[in-house]
This record gives sequence, C-alpha cells and structure tokens, in this order.
Amino acid sequence: MTDISAHAHAIAQTRKRTWFKLETVFDHAILILGSLLMLLPLLIMLQTVTTPDLETMKLGPTFTIGTELDDNFRKAMFEASGFSGQNTGMNMLKNSMILGLGFALGKIVIGMMAAYAIVYFRLRFATLAFWLIFTTLLLPLEVRILPSYEIVQQLGMMNTYQGLIIPLIASATATFFFRQFFRSVPEELIEAARIDGAGPIKFFIDILVPLSQTMIAAMFIIMFVYGWNQYLWPTMITTDENMYTLVRGIKQIVQTLEGNNIPEFGRANMLALIAILPPVLVVIFFQSWFVKGLTESDK
Amino acid sequence: MKRAGFSTKWLPILLLLPQLLIIAIFFYWPALHAVTSSFYLQDPFGFGQTFVGLENYTHLTSSVEYLKVAKFTVLFTVLVTFFSLALALLFAVKADKVLRGAKTYRTLLMWVYAVAPPVAGFIGLLMFNQTWGPLSDLFKFFGWDFTLGVNYFDTAFAMIVVSVWKQVPVNFIFFLSGLQSIPRSVREAALLDNRSGTRRFWDITFPLLAPTGFFLLITNITYSLFDTFGVIDTLNKGEPGNNPMTLVYKVFVDGFRGNDLGGSSAQSVILMILVLALTVFQFRLIERRIHYT
Repeated sequence: MTDISAHAHAIAQTRKRTWFKLETVFDHAILILGSLLMLLPLLIMLQTVTTPDLETMKLGPTFTIGTELDDNFRKAMFEASGFSGQNTGMNMLKNSMILGLGFALGKIVIGMMAAYAIVYFRLRFATLAFWLIFTTLLLPLEVRILPSYEIVQQLGMMNTYQGLIIPLIASATATFFFRQFFRSVPEELIEAARIDGAGPIKFFIDILVPLSQTMIAAMFIIMFVYGWNQYLWPTMITTDENMYTLVRGIKQIVQTLEGNNIPEFGRANMLALIAILPPVLVVIFFQSWFVKGLTESDK
Repeated sequence: MKRAGFSTKWLPILLLLPQLLIIAIFFYWPALHAVTSSFYLQDPFGFGQTFVGLENYTHLTSSVEYLKVAKFTVLFTVLVTFFSLALALLFAVKADKVLRGAKTYRTLLMWVYAVAPPVAGFIGLLMFNQTWGPLSDLFKFFGWDFTLGVNYFDTAFAMIVVSVWKQVPVNFIFFLSGLQSIPRSVREAALLDNRSGTRRFWDITFPLLAPTGFFLLITNITYSLFDTFGVIDTLNKGEPGNNPMTLVYKVFVDGFRGNDLGGSSAQSVILMILVLALTVFQFRLIERRIHYT
C-alpha cells in the first residue's frame, strides 16, 4: 500500500517536473521567435552589404558572407548620389549628427531653463506660462506642418540647420519632464541653499544640474534618437541635397534600388545600416538610462 | 512652485523667454494659421484668397476619396494598435518570467525602437521584395502572389506589418517595466492561491497592467495616426495615387503636392480635434491613476 502511494507520488513529481520544463522551453521558444523576427531584417542587410549586387539580385539573401564589404562601404560613404553629385553618405551622416545632437542639446537646455523658472520662482504669470507651454504637448508637428513650413520659408530658414532644428524644439516634452523631476527634489535643498546665501544662478548650476545628471542623460538619449529619426519635417525643409540627413535621404536610397539595371543593394543597404546603427547603439549601450527616461517621461 | 522659491524678477522671465519665443513662432502661429486658412479658398496661382466659410469642411465630408482614406485610417489604426500591443504583451510576460537570458532577450526585443519609420519602411521593401523577399517567398508558398506597391491590399498588409514591427519594442519596454513593478508579495500570494499560470495572468497580472495598457493604447493610436508617415511614404513606392494612405499622409499630399492649402488645412484641423480629444481622454486617465496610487 505505502509502496503504491510512494510510487504514485514519484510519478506525480516527475510529471510536474517535465511539465514545468516544457513550459520553460515554450517560453524560450516564443522569445527566440520574437527576437528572430526583430533581427532577421538586420541579418539580411548585413549579408547583402558583403555580397556583389548581381548575386543579391539573382539569389536574394543567402547564408554566405561575401568579400564586397569594403567596396560597398566606400560606395555608400564617399561616392555621390542624387542629382547634384555632392550628396555622399559621409555628408548625410554629418547632417544626421548635427540634427540629432543639436535637437537633443537645444531641447534639454531650453526645457531645463523653462522648468527651472516655473518650479523655483515666484512669478505672477507662472500659471499662464505653464499652460502656454504645456498646450504644445497636445498637437504634434504633423497637424500643423504646412503653416510651419510657410513660416520657416518666410523667415528664410529653408535648407539651414536652424530651420531644421528650432521648429522641432517647439514642443514641451523636455520641459514637462524636468518640471516633474524638479518638483520631486526635496524642498530642504533650496532652503539650505538660500540660508547659505546661494543665488538662483549658483543654485541652478552648482546644485540642480549636478543633481539632474541621470535625468539629463536619459533625456539626451531619447531626444537624440527622436531628432535623428525625423523624416517629414526634414523632407519639407531641406530641398538642397547637401542638407539631407540619412533618414531624409532614404527615398533617394530607395531609388538606387528601383532605377538602375542592377539595383545597388550593397550600397543602399549599407546606407540604411548607417542610418540605423548610431541610434540603435546609443539605445543598447545606455539601456537602463534610456528605459528609465522613457518610462518616466511619459507618465 | 516651491515654497521657498526665489523672488528675483528678471531672471525667470529671461529663462522662460527662449521657450516662449519658440512656441509662439513655431507652434501658436502655425496652429492658428491652420485654423484660419481652413476657412479660405487659396488661389492655386498664389493670387490671394477668398473666404468660403465651412466649404472646405463640407467638401471633405462629401468627398468619396476622403472617406475612403478615413476608413482605411481607422482600420489601419485598429489593427496596428491591437497587434503591437498583443505581441508586446506576450513577449513582455515571457521575458519577465524566464530566468536565463532575460537581459539578452530584452535587448534583442527593444533595439528596433531606435529605427526610424522610413528606414523600417525600407526594410519592408527588402522583406517584401517581389523576387526574393523572405516574406513574399513565404506567402508564395501558400499561393499568395505578393505585389507590394501595385496591389492595394498587399501594400496595406505590408504597411501594417512594418508598422507593428516598429511599434512592438516601445510597448514591450513599457509592459516589461509595468510587470517588474508588480510587488513580489502580490506575485507570491497569487502563486499560492492559483496554480494555473493562465488564470493567474488574467486574474492578477492583467488588471494590474491595465493603467500601463490604457496609456499605451492612446500612445499607439497616436503612433498609428501620425508617426507611420515614413512607413507609408516608403512603402507606396512614390505612387500614393492608387495605394492606401492615412489621413496625415493625405494632408501632406493635398497641401504640399496638390497645392490645396484650404482643403489641407481643414484636414489638419480635423486631425487637431481628434488628437485633442485623445489627449484630454489620456490626461483624465492619468489623473485617475494618480488617485489610486
């Protein structure tokens, strides 16, 4: 009798264990499948940039790694495309960098200044300023795109970095983010600073900015990616090929696939890879800051 | 405002000035301009404008083409939102559960966040390449001859797939951080009460994730409406005429290519109202959430 029950118990135990394992295998299978779905296009692009275009055109992506990487890289980065004959990958990379960094920097500096004024000063029209600024969160650039374009045109800022960057800054995401953070900074800090005789500028630079370092880093990553990935606005503002960013130039890159007898897969995919890599690397390397900034800024 | 705030007069004004100046010139002025020019008919050759009242709006509501685009936009938004949220939730629940490789999975599932929508569209062109694209090959196996940019339905399908692919990572990040913020004690209590993992998910985890879910719902709708512009612009292969497009894309096509400023502005205003409604809804939800926690 006892023997049987012990036996049954053992069976139940093993069944439980294998069932448990099966579930774990299933979990991993789903995650691996998901990861592959995300990765597959990247792998195809990596393969085609090492392969001669003719081979890609005939066979499509394969599992062999070719020897054309240098050549495709040279073509993508230094050989001009487009009508003007000046638009190299190098040039587009430079413009993308300026847009990404300029946008992130501008947004953070202006946002921090405004948030500081709203949170730390007794200001009669503070509420009005607050509402004026935060209404901008309501309407994305896309719905006011044509009038914005007209203004930039009237101001003579077409095909300039200012025209590209400043109108994009006209939304208060960073200001809102820093306002939330400043409000969470303990009241005692400013009291202590005032007792010690620190003025508003000294308090801002010596205490608040160092305290916000992590927040600034998180915001910088998100804003850099956002600026780098802009498409519609640069499409309208930059008509001069010299001013194209990589993302703006993607249409032109597509044309090297459509127009030619042998589509230039190597070159096009290389350019697309270069458009993808900087923001992706930033997000991967600064993952924890990035996730923190993203999940906290939108609350 | 802080209780012990500074009372300097000129400094805060100076600090606020750049922000206010930029939003005045590049936000309020254009937004206002969009509203006013929606009541005017622009001369296509640039010779002035005539006041036409609501004509631009009535034109739109009676336009078959506009209604077709609006219908597609609704369908597109519903499908993209649903599949991006569902897939992301699935991956997040699994990534939260596994012990081994959790960090690697997290990285692999989130990096696409940083890919620009038009570049995602470019990737779609590769995946749906007519001669050897892996996805069109797959469909060919099932007897579906996929022609991107030619067939309306196929192009719409590709637009949805690419938009979902691009949006899953953001949702994944939010769901995962939502899951990780569920207290250990709650999880353990649930584990004691209920052996079935599926039941545990629907009874405990899912309701606790609801605030994140509601927030993401609004974000995803906004994404489908506005941020998919780049995806659509690359996947229609430069021929928006007979391919599907969303409302935002139509604003661009009519205003920028078709030079119909009045009609395009009226479309902008309709979208503004839509976004305003969504945002107000979202703010009210957030307010409610603050009361709970």
